[in-house]
Amino acid sequence: MTDQTSNTGQAPAEDRVQGIGCARKRKEDPRFIQGKGNYVDDVKLPGMLHLDVVRSPYAHARIKSIDKSAALALPGVYAVLTAEDLKPLNLHWMPTLAGDVQAVLADEKVHFQMQEVAVVVARDRYIAADATELVQVEYEELPAVVDPHAALEPDAPVLREDLAGKTAGAHGARTHHNHIFTWDVGEKDATDRAFDNAPVTVKEQLFYPRVHPCPLETCGCVASFDKVREHLTVYITSQAPHVVRTVVSMLSGIPESKVRIISPDIGGGFGNKVGVYPGYVCAIVASIVLGRPVKWIEDRIENLSTTAFARDYHMAGELAADETGRIKALRVNVIADHGAFDACADPSKFPAGLFHICTGSYDIPVAYARVDGVYTNKAPGGVAYRCSFRVTEAVYLIERMIDVLAQKLGMDKAEIRLRNFIKREQFPYQSALGWEYDSGDYETALKKVLDAVDYPALRKEQEDKRARGELMGIGICTFTEIVGAGPTRNCDILGVGMFDSAEIRVHPTGSAIARMGTITQGQGHQTTYAQIIASELGIPSDEIQIEEGDTDTAPYGLGTYGSRSTPVGGAATAMAARKIKAKARKIAAHLLEVAEDDLDWDTDRFKVKGVPGQEKTMKEIAWAAYNDLPEGMEPGLESVDYYDPPNFTYPFGAYLCVVDIDKYTGETSIRRFYALDDCGTRINPMIIEGQIHGGLTEGFAVAMGQQLVFDESGNISGNTLMDYFVPTMVETPHWETDYTVTPSPHHPIGAKGVAESPHVGSIPCFSNAIVDAFAHLGVTHMTMPHSAFNVWRQIHELGLDARDAA
Amino acid sequence: MAKHHITLTLNGETVETLVEPRELLIHTIRERLNQTGSHIGCETSHCGACTVDLNGESVKACTILAVQANGAEVLTVEGLAAGGTLHAIQEGFMQEHGLQCGYCTPGMLVRAYRLLQENPNPTEDEIRFGMAGNLCRCTGYQNIIKAVQYAAAKLQTTAEAA
Repeated sequence: MTDQTSNTGQAPAEDRVQGIGCARKRKEDPRFIQGKGNYVDDVKLPGMLHLDVVRSPYAHARIKSIDKSAALALPGVYAVLTAEDLKPLNLHWMPTLAGDVQAVLADEKVHFQMQEVAVVVARDRYIAADATELVQVEYEELPAVVDPHAALEPDAPVLREDLAGKTAGAHGARTHHNHIFTWDVGEKDATDRAFDNAPVTVKEQLFYPRVHPCPLETCGCVASFDKVREHLTVYITSQAPHVVRTVVSMLSGIPESKVRIISPDIGGGFGNKVGVYPGYVCAIVASIVLGRPVKWIEDRIENLSTTAFARDYHMAGELAADETGRIKALRVNVIADHGAFDACADPSKFPAGLFHICTGSYDIPVAYARVDGVYTNKAPGGVAYRCSFRVTEAVYLIERMIDVLAQKLGMDKAEIRLRNFIKREQFPYQSALGWEYDSGDYETALKKVLDAVDYPALRKEQEDKRARGELMGIGICTFTEIVGAGPTRNCDILGVGMFDSAEIRVHPTGSAIARMGTITQGQGHQTTYAQIIASELGIPSDEIQIEEGDTDTAPYGLGTYGSRSTPVGGAATAMAARKIKAKARKIAAHLLEVAEDDLDWDTDRFKVKGVPGQEKTMKEIAWAAYNDLPEGMEPGLESVDYYDPPNFTYPFGAYLCVVDIDKYTGETSIRRFYALDDCGTRINPMIIEGQIHGGLTEGFAVAMGQQLVFDESGNISGNTLMDYFVPTMVETPHWETDYTVTPSPHHPIGAKGVAESPHVGSIPCFSNAIVDAFAHLGVTHMTMPHSAFNVWRQIHELGLDARDAA
Repeated sequence: MAKHHITLTLNGETVETLVEPRELLIHTIRERLNQTGSHIGCETSHCGACTVDLNGESVKACTILAVQANGAEVLTVEGLAAGGTLHAIQEGFMQEHGLQCGYCTPGMLVRAYRLLQENPNPTEDEIRFGMAGNLCRCTGYQNIIKAVQYAAAKLQTTAEAA
């Protein structure tokens, strides 16, 4: 990658403005490297109190009594709130994004370990923590249901007594007291027929464990209610501040115009910070009741245990094919463990998210997928951990299954992909499960990777090693994502369409400020959005300020998750800039006394065709916009755009991983990981590469070690960083990156979004590599995480670790 | 709870404050002394977001009591830049894109600052082991390693010129 940041006098005009394609340094960095970030826990308001939460030790229990007298008697304690206190406000339950309800504080029953039972508000965080210990709660323990299959047994305990008698939920019929929904898509009968007639079929049970996004900053907020102005301000760790404003207004009855939500600097989100959590609601209620600012910051154990989870999908995958490896049909049945309340963060109409991208990069004529959501005694959630909604699960399914098919046929795992790819000339491509893929060139991507790593040599080496009894695996993953939710005709959250927005103001002296409905959490929006505007308007990106996250100033948007910032917010930014440019063209024509058609645009100015020197720069036009306008034109140079995308975008990539496994310890060494990504137009290559490194590392964590483990009583074991795997520098492999560029035809600048691809694509790539190391021994699948112990168990089962008698 | 009077040298300035005996140093620094650059990510000494330099050693300020730091010299991210000039390690993180959300960055910088005094010319493996106590969820570490190498090179050039 070339560094285009030099800003010398000789730099070409395109470099001067530092627009699209420039690896400019980040505008966010100076404050972060000097300790001048402003995260929620840094917010300190006069008179601020601290909230802490009393949590259930049981996964399933009836609350017999709560005695808060000892806690209230502790000096420095201002309030102790339980469901009884929230009931008169009708805030003891709250609606979830998935059309269910969730207890804000446990109402008569607890449904998962660490559930919120009461909150304490005190002068400082130490007193608040002390007081939580003094709240006496008497429980009657009930049998816990941890396994979603067991939850569907006829005699399974009833988990959600509040839903008694409800035979339908937000997504149709409920067939059992612990059943949430059945959602299916595709042609079931035609798929069944294709399986009946196919010469080759494969089936595999794939369990995708429950994991957690675990951003380094936990969730928290500072709620401040001004009783005189009847105005609520909330500083909050939210990936969707505008949606939070709407939810808070609906819950509290405070007019939306008197609710201000501020997402300041966010210490990583990865899906963890999409939801509205009980801690936020309680801090807001406490602030309203007490008239003082109230801060709630969860600790790491609370974060891993309660504020959402990801995955927990039990998938049965099946492929039908002919003898040459051409896939004829895909069939999938999923049991989805949603925990105690259905609080999945998905577009309203899609209870399994965009899982039906599970036909992947392959031209599969017919398919059927069914997902059943189930209640268990575990925390609610189901967020998209660095991915678009359920896309990681879908990609894992198809990328594992195609390997299973290759092994059944004795085919090479690259060859089977090349044989089944959707061809470049088939785009836009209509998938069997209803998506229209915008653009792609999968074959070129995979071949580039195979060449880069000398794939035939690797397979030869593997053959030699296998002959010597050594374990070496080669994993391939050729994924397609679906991101940028989404078209408002089928995507909404709580009824609000999933558009996004940008507002740009160009000042008289030619600099600009722009505000978006998205919110950066490390993606570098303050850098990259400015580059889009710079390319569109010719204003140097250093002179463009980007602001997000304050609902009082930014236009309404649905936020940042599911790789939607560039596909939706970035499109709104380009379109808003084009509205300004259209006006600027009229002003330029007026100033130069020519017709608009006589003008050409060149980087940062309009030039009169064929008349050298007759030109007006954007700077000159900006000044004129405030004092010298064509007759009848309104002054000023600003615009706003709410962008409703015509389609999703479909980034793709080809990854290859080489592993060596120690057959005595089960330890895996990642020898090589080569990641080629195609995200369409590349805005800032430096930031793209950084996002890919980060996503690969999070994928590595999921594949190799992360899992939220529960015992049969529903006790969560492994909810600290002692047990929950977050890789350090020592374990993390070295990453090699590469790219191709296939622009999106429907996006204003052709960009598709990138930051989640490496997470989505790398996880099956690691699994495929691990399983491939055992493929010659008949192993078709191994359940994640591929920790040394889990891998050793496979080795031991095969007897590979037997040492020769000396 | 009776409070204890402590004195620290924080980023070159002598400061005094009253603390509870059970108070963690990170809370004292962030909440009493209002230096919020150092962060809290776990309170169990795993993540390193709270790393400060205490009497010339990297210390996780979430697992030491403020009273234990009485009389100590403490350096946080706020004290790295001198006289309006960024320290080489700060410059390195910016030049090599060694940060994204910025939450781990103050701890990373302070740890890298100390590492480069312990070992002015570390290999990649020495950096990986030397900074394994600091977690990052965004960068995948590769650019952090480059940032430390950038700073090592710059500090050596500066030392040779002097």
